[in-house]
Amino acid sequence: MNIKNLAIICLITAISVSCRQDDVIFIPDRIPTGKPELTSVAGFYMLNEGNMGSNKCTLDFYDMTSGDYMRNIYASVNPEVPKELGDVGNDLEIYGRRMYAVINCSNKVEVLDAATCRRIGQVDIPNCRSVAFHGGYAYVTSYAGPVEIKPDYSQLGYVAKVDTATLQVVGRCIVGYQPDGITVCGNRLYVCNSGGYRVPNYENTLSEIDLATFTETRRIPIAVNLNQVEADNHGRLWIASRGDYFDTDARLFCYDTRKDRVTAQIPVSVSSMWLHNDDLYIVGVSYSGSQLSSERTYAVINTDMGEVRTENFISDGTEKDIRIPYGVAVHPVTGDIYVTDARTYVNPGRLHCYSPDGTLKWSVRTGDIPAHFAFLGK
Amino acid sequence: MKQGLKAILPALLVMRYSCAAEASLRNDSVQSLPDIEVLGRQSEPGVVAPQTLHGEQLEKLNSHSVADALRYFSGVQIKDYGGVGGVKTIDIRSMGSHHTGVFYDGLQLGNAQNGQIDLGRYSLDNIESISLYNGQKSQIFQPARDFASGSAIYIRSKTPQFAPGRRHSLTARFRTGSFGLANPVLNASFKLSEAVSLTASAEYSYATGRYRFRYRKLFSDGTVAWDTTATRRNGDISALRLEAGAYGTMSRGTWQAKAYYYDSERGIPGAIVNNVWKNSQRQWDKNFFIQGSIQRQESDRYEWMASAKYARDRMRYLNPDTTLMYIDNTFRQDELYLSTTHKLTLLPGWEAALAADWVHNYLESDMANFLFPRRDMLLASLSTALSRGTFHAQAGVLLSYVHDTRLKNPAMSDKKRISSVIKRATPSLYLSWRPWPSRDLTIHAYGKQVFRMPTFNDLYYTDIGNADLKPERATQWDIGAAWQHTGGGILDGVRLGGDAYYNLISDKIIAVPKGTGQYRWMMMNIGRVKILGAEANADLALMPFHNMPHPVSDLRLHGRFSYTFQSARDFSDPTDCLDAAGTYKGQIAYIPRHSFSIAADAQWRFLQLNYSFIYAGERWQNSSNIPENYVQPWYTHDLSAALRLPFRHWELGMTIEVNNLLDQQYEVIANYPMPGRNYRLTISATF
Repeated sequence: MNIKNLAIICLITAISVSCRQDDVIFIPDRIPTGKPELTSVAGFYMLNEGNMGSNKCTLDFYDMTSGDYMRNIYASVNPEVPKELGDVGNDLEIYGRRMYAVINCSNKVEVLDAATCRRIGQVDIPNCRSVAFHGGYAYVTSYAGPVEIKPDYSQLGYVAKVDTATLQVVGRCIVGYQPDGITVCGNRLYVCNSGGYRVPNYENTLSEIDLATFTETRRIPIAVNLNQVEADNHGRLWIASRGDYFDTDARLFCYDTRKDRVTAQIPVSVSSMWLHNDDLYIVGVSYSGSQLSSERTYAVINTDMGEVRTENFISDGTEKDIRIPYGVAVHPVTGDIYVTDARTYVNPGRLHCYSPDGTLKWSVRTGDIPAHFAFLGK
Repeated sequence: MKQGLKAILPALLVMRYSCAAEASLRNDSVQSLPDIEVLGRQSEPGVVAPQTLHGEQLEKLNSHSVADALRYFSGVQIKDYGGVGGVKTIDIRSMGSHHTGVFYDGLQLGNAQNGQIDLGRYSLDNIESISLYNGQKSQIFQPARDFASGSAIYIRSKTPQFAPGRRHSLTARFRTGSFGLANPVLNASFKLSEAVSLTASAEYSYATGRYRFRYRKLFSDGTVAWDTTATRRNGDISALRLEAGAYGTMSRGTWQAKAYYYDSERGIPGAIVNNVWKNSQRQWDKNFFIQGSIQRQESDRYEWMASAKYARDRMRYLNPDTTLMYIDNTFRQDELYLSTTHKLTLLPGWEAALAADWVHNYLESDMANFLFPRRDMLLASLSTALSRGTFHAQAGVLLSYVHDTRLKNPAMSDKKRISSVIKRATPSLYLSWRPWPSRDLTIHAYGKQVFRMPTFNDLYYTDIGNADLKPERATQWDIGAAWQHTGGGILDGVRLGGDAYYNLISDKIIAVPKGTGQYRWMMMNIGRVKILGAEANADLALMPFHNMPHPVSDLRLHGRFSYTFQSARDFSDPTDCLDAAGTYKGQIAYIPRHSFSIAADAQWRFLQLNYSFIYAGERWQNSSNIPENYVQPWYTHDLSAALRLPFRHWELGMTIEVNNLLDQQYEVIANYPMPGRNYRLTISATF
């Protein structure tokens, strides 16, 4: 009888458990989301960063001609790539007919055909962070420059110059510590040096690189822990400083490259910014001390006047559903605003679309930590 | 037959069954000495019996470390990052690894820095038994710290045991096999007098930690999309363990003392992600502790015990990979522990106990902006036990007072410190009842509240720590039953047990990244998890030919089965329930709903065959239970054969193991591939 009992337990267990199956290439989800929009923009790609070590950097595509959101498309388009797109996506840009995805912890820039998302190749750049383009070259920031041991360990970062025709690194230019954001303004490159690995001795400079000679011409002191930079249409740079998370708050600085000085500073914490004509859209979360404060930023800054146009571009109160605003983008034609929510960082995030007047149009689930947008023209 | 066995196995030292049930299995070759089984608090199983594995059972399980062996207990999930040197931590009943207290020879192994005890480091070579208690060891005569964790694992090192008339024993063992393993061990015991014995143990482990692993993906039609085989690298380990113990008896009492030293260097194999197939991080650990305890029964009504421990741990972490952030940090921890416990018998069947403990921790590091935290924890427990016939009850309350200090501003030279205090009172209640005196069926229930302090890393780690964290709280409820039967005849012994439980974890401490770029993290009290679980255990001993003539009758079969069901759901964010990907009520990360293990062995005279099977069901990488986060079930078959050749004054042993027989390519944690089929050979000599 006892053996019978045991047998019954075994049987119940056997029924309730399942066996291993083959790992099958992920078939993307297609989610009807918005209404079809027929403009010169075909849609946008969304790079989900994925948590460090999870190898869950994924690409989504919003197809504006159908209004469908396609989630996690990389593996089905490129099924032959071992371990898919990689670990921690940090930047995404389309240049010409190609798309460049900077995959930080996979130490590579993935080069894709922008129209099909088909893989063309990769450029191996260790600890790569952000990319900008000029004259057929991609410029990629990397933390992994030359190492100095004496007196203390230190490692400057560099900018890699990549020939987009051959996908070869053709030059390196040493900059400051842990360079992050990069942009082109006039015939110069500007690079945010964060010094993030040197806590509490953050960097506080912006590197200026002459594009013709590809050499660093100077380092411009701005503020501690710079991480992003955008060039507007008036020769001005909008530079975000993360602060030191303790005594120095995060701020946005405006640096006029013609006047060679900081012309404005705005006390906002920038997680992400996007330039749309003369409007700089900003989303962010404030930190004070070790606490995550409840303050969220959804601001628009007029870059011509250097003023805050609105402190909250969401007008219908739906921002209360956003937990961690992380990425922002604006439709180049319709002016629709897209805001991503990273939520808990380890679970899928959300993408919200707002009309230019700030009312919510639709929301959709994304991959983990949705962050970087690239609009695809027709 | 008894005589026959004794003649065959004259020097067989350890062959002891211990689960309450197995105590009644035949023990004709047991040679336990009264002065070993002395410490009262180790021999009383308590109101609720633990799950226990003893020396010989451990040897049958093809386990290398304590973590491997714990997989055979119900309610236990091992987080295994793969390989010989990979970190292995355990999670009991989904409460999280920080809620498990690990006790080595009676005193807790502390790690105030990160609260993590890597059980992969404790080899089974010098281990006499491992017991798992849910809630706490349900007896009142124990230090206050023993009441302070959500569940407790007691690891007991081998106590000296001597064949009749002998004053020493010596075991030498050598293991080799896959992963470039070389593992010599030497254990010795000496009997100084009838009252005092000494043990010494030395072990060295070396392994390259290399093994092949394979990843592949298929198209939905079954054709191969990609298929990659690579070698796991940087999983090497080299470790030295030295241990010495003294055990003594005195009039109405016992004492023991122990010194332990562990020195290791290992590679940290890391996650396998696209374009990154090897890592180069290293870690060095030096752990030292010295501890002692004494226990004495002063009269029929009063008994006391006292313990003391000093531990010093040094850990160096190096990330030499200059494509990542270069890190070379050293951490040193000190722990001082003092405890005193008193038990009074108030009336026959009614006892009360008072225990007071002091735990002091200090952590220092060469890291920039380090806050040099110090913690003093005062614990007092008041408890009482009542026995009326077959009914037993225990109730207690644990009072905790935790005082932390840290540097106010590490950049300043004045070394000014600021402090914070946490006070808590947490109750527990244990009940058991044996309804029919003629049957060995016990029904038990318990309820317990417990909290776990945030670790120094949670609170004060440069830039990541959050000094405003509250302790994580856990409430546990459990009801269960155990039944056992001893035969004679074919069915030599059987034991069945089952439990159903409910745990609530609130203010769970979770790491979240701070801002974009993911290189700054912070700790927050944002989690809330409800766990509904059920466990079943069975033990079965058979002597199928007991009435056949000797030696056929000596065949013994033994089986062990354990099953765990856990619905561990995330209730942290009620707004996150819009679609299937919502985390609200999702199964939490890496907890399978179903898991079970089977271990069976056949023993005939000098020969023994063992088989074991472990199954962990499907899991998810996080509480969003969608296909992207799905982690496949894994299950491994292990086989081993052992031969023992007894000579006049010594015994030769040999064991051959094949683990993961079907060469399953699996992962316990996503991106950390586990070894496929592997082999091990052990040769031992006992004098």
